[in-house]
Amino acid sequence: MDQPGFDYHIDIPGTTIFDGKQAMKGYALNKMCYSFNKSENREAFRADEEAYMEKFGLNDEQKQAIRDRNILAMIDAGGNIYYLAKFAGIFKLSVQDVGGMQTGRTTEEFKEFLASQA
Amino acid sequence: MAKILGGITTSHIPAVGNAIQKELYDDPYWKPFFDGYPKVHAWIKEHKPEYVINIYNDHGLGFFLDQMPTFAIGAAHEYKNEDEGWGLPSLDPFPGAPELSWHIIESMVADEFDITSCQELPVDHGFVVPMQLFWPGAPHNPDMPKAVPISANTVQHPIPTLKRALDFGKALGKALRSFPEDAKIVILGTGGLSHQLDGQRAGFINKEFDQYCLENIVHNPEELTKVSRMELVEKAGAQGTEFLMWMMMRGALGDDVTEITRNYHIPISNTAAGTLLLECAA
Repeated sequence: MDQPGFDYHIDIPGTTIFDGKQAMKGYALNKMCYSFNKSENREAFRADEEAYMEKFGLNDEQKQAIRDRNILAMIDAGGNIYYLAKFAGIFKLSVQDVGGMQTGRTTEEFKEFLASQA
Repeated sequence: MAKILGGITTSHIPAVGNAIQKELYDDPYWKPFFDGYPKVHAWIKEHKPEYVINIYNDHGLGFFLDQMPTFAIGAAHEYKNEDEGWGLPSLDPFPGAPELSWHIIESMVADEFDITSCQELPVDHGFVVPMQLFWPGAPHNPDMPKAVPISANTVQHPIPTLKRALDFGKALGKALRSFPEDAKIVILGTGGLSHQLDGQRAGFINKEFDQYCLENIVHNPEELTKVSRMELVEKAGAQGTEFLMWMMMRGALGDDVTEITRNYHIPISNTAAGTLLLECAA
């Protein structure tokens, strides 16, 4: 386990390190998702998604990812999964649903994959 | 002076809160997980801690990226559980212990740990689920101790190193043992073990690495400080970095501990769930 010099942003396939760069890139998107902690904000988003995204200043890439319900594209656009989970909550998606969406599996297939690692 | 009875770790998966609400204790999916807790309940009933230090990581309820403390300590009379975006029913507030909070903050800043103090801190599943697991009916369990929440940043890199987490725990232990009250304290380290929610690697679990962590954290936590943060992300998964909470807890216990019970189960939700109860030498 002792690997000196290992401690920098190495490439871990399929993993985005949410660092300062990503945090700055995704600030507006994450701020919008953070607002979804409150039910009145979730309702406001549902009532008019475009106006709600505009209010938080999302860029085109972020808006399109939201329109497409594309979690991987949201992460590319700077989204952090803890905030995106609140977006997923609006649609009652479980973390297995979200896992399936990101890995090209159905929810059932994703659950089987999890269990296969026991 | 106060006495640290021991430390307890558990995963704090949101789905557990649901399962508790629906009383799924004997459900085939949940039973192997809930079976890890009766020994903890018996230990708590026997020792009746008066204070609980709940070390968890906020997941975007108490803090946002506008101001992200690396180490935050609650210093409030009570801690409110609030909607995290999923519309789940919130629990009643948990009683705090501001006199102990400020004692910890004074002691730790004197020991050169730079703390963010919080007089208001909404607490999410990371704090609440372990309380529900250990004190059924929380916060209305008659044995419910007064709480001090401590949150470490695992939302945004750079996160603390494993060494810093262990050292934080050592300074926390020193602070607690110098609290001028004849009180019994238990420390929770919550979160983990291996899991990853995001990206093409979502669903990643690593039993071998979890076992390595479980083995070493009991009697050889210093070994784990050799694991770098990027190695932790690689081996435990992006959210498996919550293991830092376990290291913080462990540091506070001192060298002489006895393992009372351990449980490990894959999967609960997307996570390898781990539970460990370590008792400090009398």
